[in-house]
Amino acid sequence: MDYHAISSNFLYAAFVLYLIATIFFGATMGNKRTENVKSKAAAIGISVTILGFISHLVAFIVRWIASGHAPIGNMFEFISFFGMMMVFGFIVIYFIYRETTVGLFALPIAVLIIGYGSMFPTEISPLVPSLQSNWLYIHVTTAALGEAILAISFVAGLVYLIKKIDQTSTSKHTTWLEIVLFLLITTLAFIIVTITFNTTGYESTFTKEVAEQETEITYHMPILIEPNDAELVTDGVFTTGFEAPKWMQGEDAGKKLNTLVWSLLVGLGLYGIIRLIVRKRVAAAIQPKLDNVNLEKVDEIMYRAVAIGFPIFTLGALIFAAIWAQEAWGRFWGWDPKEVWALVTWLFYAVFLHLRLGAGWHGEKSAWLAVIGFAIIMMNLIVVNLVIAGIHSYA
Amino acid sequence: MMKKVKCECGHINHEGTVLCEACGKPIEGNQHIDGNDQNKLLNMRYDGSARRSQTYKRTFIDKTWAFFSSVKVGVWLIALALIASAIGTIYPQYMNANTPIPANQYYEQEYGITGQIFYQLGFHELYSSWWFIILIALIGISLVICSIDRVVPLHRALKNQKPKRHEIFVKRQRFFAETENVNQSERKTLIENLKKRRYKITEQDGHIMAEKNRFSRWGPYVNHIGLIIILLAAILRMFPFMYDEGYVWVREGETREVPTTNGEYYIENEKFVYETWDRHDDRFQEALKNEEFDVPSNFQTNAVVYKAKEEVVTGQLPEMEEVKRHEIRLNEPLNVDSYKIYQSGTQLRSEYGRITLSVNNEDGSSLGSFGFLPNNNKREYELNDGYIAYIDSYYPELEFTEEGPSSSSKHPRNPGFVFEVHNPNGDVEGRYFYLGEQIIPLSDDSVYNVDVEDTELITATGLLVQKDHSLIYFLIGAMIFMVGVAQGLYWHHRRVWIHPKEDGSLLIAGHTNKNWYGLKEDIRQAMSDTSLNLVKDQQEKL
Ligand code: HEM
Repeated sequence: MDYHAISSNFLYAAFVLYLIATIFFGATMGNKRTENVKSKAAAIGISVTILGFISHLVAFIVRWIASGHAPIGNMFEFISFFGMMMVFGFIVIYFIYRETTVGLFALPIAVLIIGYGSMFPTEISPLVPSLQSNWLYIHVTTAALGEAILAISFVAGLVYLIKKIDQTSTSKHTTWLEIVLFLLITTLAFIIVTITFNTTGYESTFTKEVAEQETEITYHMPILIEPNDAELVTDGVFTTGFEAPKWMQGEDAGKKLNTLVWSLLVGLGLYGIIRLIVRKRVAAAIQPKLDNVNLEKVDEIMYRAVAIGFPIFTLGALIFAAIWAQEAWGRFWGWDPKEVWALVTWLFYAVFLHLRLGAGWHGEKSAWLAVIGFAIIMMNLIVVNLVIAGIHSYA
Repeated sequence: MMKKVKCECGHINHEGTVLCEACGKPIEGNQHIDGNDQNKLLNMRYDGSARRSQTYKRTFIDKTWAFFSSVKVGVWLIALALIASAIGTIYPQYMNANTPIPANQYYEQEYGITGQIFYQLGFHELYSSWWFIILIALIGISLVICSIDRVVPLHRALKNQKPKRHEIFVKRQRFFAETENVNQSERKTLIENLKKRRYKITEQDGHIMAEKNRFSRWGPYVNHIGLIIILLAAILRMFPFMYDEGYVWVREGETREVPTTNGEYYIENEKFVYETWDRHDDRFQEALKNEEFDVPSNFQTNAVVYKAKEEVVTGQLPEMEEVKRHEIRLNEPLNVDSYKIYQSGTQLRSEYGRITLSVNNEDGSSLGSFGFLPNNNKREYELNDGYIAYIDSYYPELEFTEEGPSSSSKHPRNPGFVFEVHNPNGDVEGRYFYLGEQIIPLSDDSVYNVDVEDTELITATGLLVQKDHSLIYFLIGAMIFMVGVAQGLYWHHRRVWIHPKEDGSLLIAGHTNKNWYGLKEDIRQAMSDTSLNLVKDQQEKL
């Protein structure tokens, strides 16, 4: 078996272990169980989490050996590393606060993120010259660690909101919370859709003139949205005939939009089914399970994660990034979209801290900020990489 | 004139003080400043010290000061900078767009109406626009003023604080408990336990203050000083003595002056190395299979740097000595003196370095060959037996216009030249035009067959030359920022007051600037072997 396959298997094992750990953390919820059962479940949960983390780490190291460079060079590798750091962040926070609820949410979200990353090409690719620097490793790993710990703050914020928000009537708050949950479900939908059509082996091809050259665009999902101004060359496949709008940039714009629409539709379907089963808002269905959760502790965790994550993020995403850019290109700051979004993230969490420490924003307000912060991080990770490509573009 | 306020404990406070610096008793008439008149708990912000911004609000200067020292204003400024920065990434900045099209057409052409709006609002050069720079400057001003407004009084309050606090102060702390009939040994245990948890104990008339990590209170000010240094460094960088930059293209085999060094340094491009990843590399073949073009693995200039030994005569290379050899790659710039030279661009095999032609007699025997050097002014090339090839005219980048052949640049990207073969007597024995790697005889009596034997393409390397003395200040600023952030966020200032009352009961209060959970743990553990009542959180639940 080659290294690549070994690494994949360890990653897969980590994936499964995280899911198992989630179940054990789930067993610590609710009123009816005795403390004894709870603490046992928690102990197993955290042990399995650590086991999963080790397996994930092995996958990382083996892949490093196989490729000869730290595996953080493309979307799949980076996102997988980000997921691993998120689990690491949770483990650290767990040993400070012993709060199993955070695990119950952090692990599935980490699994979603890793799963999302696995939908990108997983082959080991070589590094282009600008990436051949130790500063790259230092920069990317610390930036990812910082972002991952900030993501734990989002998890705590989410727990806080689900428990705190009044679900007896519909409000702006309940709606936004449902949207957040819906987006998480949509990520799951994206994974399901991608895997399904990959296993069925669906393919259809368009040709499109790009820069006076005929280019082929291959879809791996049935066509809901066609590329703008392209010709379908595969015979006998279904198409809705809708085209991507002209203003969308890049030859793959139509394909990406097609994937997005598929994910949203299936996400909507999944969400709808859940709502049909539980017969109330999803957050309202989860809320009673969190009866025993100590809101103040969760609020503290949310702040603590920012307090730990913010300096690490600053170091990795701004300082080390600037040192590397200076070494590589002779310009430590170039207003590249990726750099700007790192700055935006940084400024946002500075606002978070100022509001919390200076204006006394605690609890719910803080929790919403944590959610927005995570949205900004995901924006940087996904939208900026896939849509506003700059020099960092991975995809 | 500043009015002083005397507290009943005897301490003299500045005008505007909310809580006496020494004993903490609320100072009458000032409680509205921190909202204490409405709340059960005391607002412990800056320990109730007198801040200029909260005290004086009459003159224009007072108002400006109060404006910039407000965290709310600071947050708004940061939020505006954040939102503007984000909008600026929707379309590429013009400087990063790499387009020959002027900006006023580019955005509309590429992105339609939204692009047009983006351009009209000036977002295409956002980060150097006056309003963005003013926004950053306002943040800088706010940083300075807000820090001064708080750090001075806070320092004074912490320095003057006494262990013996007024009962009102103790009772109106967020963490508070009262235990009746406390015996001495329990009190001792509590104090010992606090000591073990690295609290510093001070005592006054049996009143105890246990304090730790006071230095963490300076964290925000330290980090803001770091930020200010970074902003100052950015200003310094605008001056040429701090920062200078140049760019030079050097062909293989060529030596050129290093820009910005005033003729002091010269650089030669001995050879340019361009490498790509092997498509059959075991590790990467899966990924490379799908790549249309080879993936580059290395851009490298084998460079030699020379230093001029004499005054420079313009247009001529001076006498010079070699000072450095280096393989310049991406991520591996060359350092010489205070200059750094970066691999920045390449025109891969884009120019002709040598064109070798062979001249043959009609019977096929050779009259010799010569290598035309496009970058050399040489006009005569020797052939066998005293024959020469004479370059009559030369067009580095050949194009044909109505007036005949001409050149669109001085770079030999598509060289064309007319040459003659002269016999030893100087008679012209044939005229030829070399163009597009072909030979066209120009006269009917051209007796020789001329063939293109070989052409050699060379690469020009683009080197970025930089002198940047400001970097160190950015780095210092960044380090100070990190120290300040760690100081403020990883340590917390915690205080516990132990206040004995005449009737034998003991009041215990605790305060921290953040992480109340941690303070409670500290107190819980310190009380663990006592029967003292654990402090209660008097703040309403979240
Ligand atoms: C982008 C710029 C800024 C960054 C990154 C930044 C960062 C920070 C951080 C991380 C803290 C929390 C540190 C701690 O409490 O331990 C802090 C506190 C503070 N910052 Fe800033 N700051 C920035 C700009 C400003 C500005 C413009 C102001 C002016 C209004 C300001 C005022 C304050 C104040 C007053 C505190 C102390 C809050 C408290 O402890 O009560 N900051 N800053």
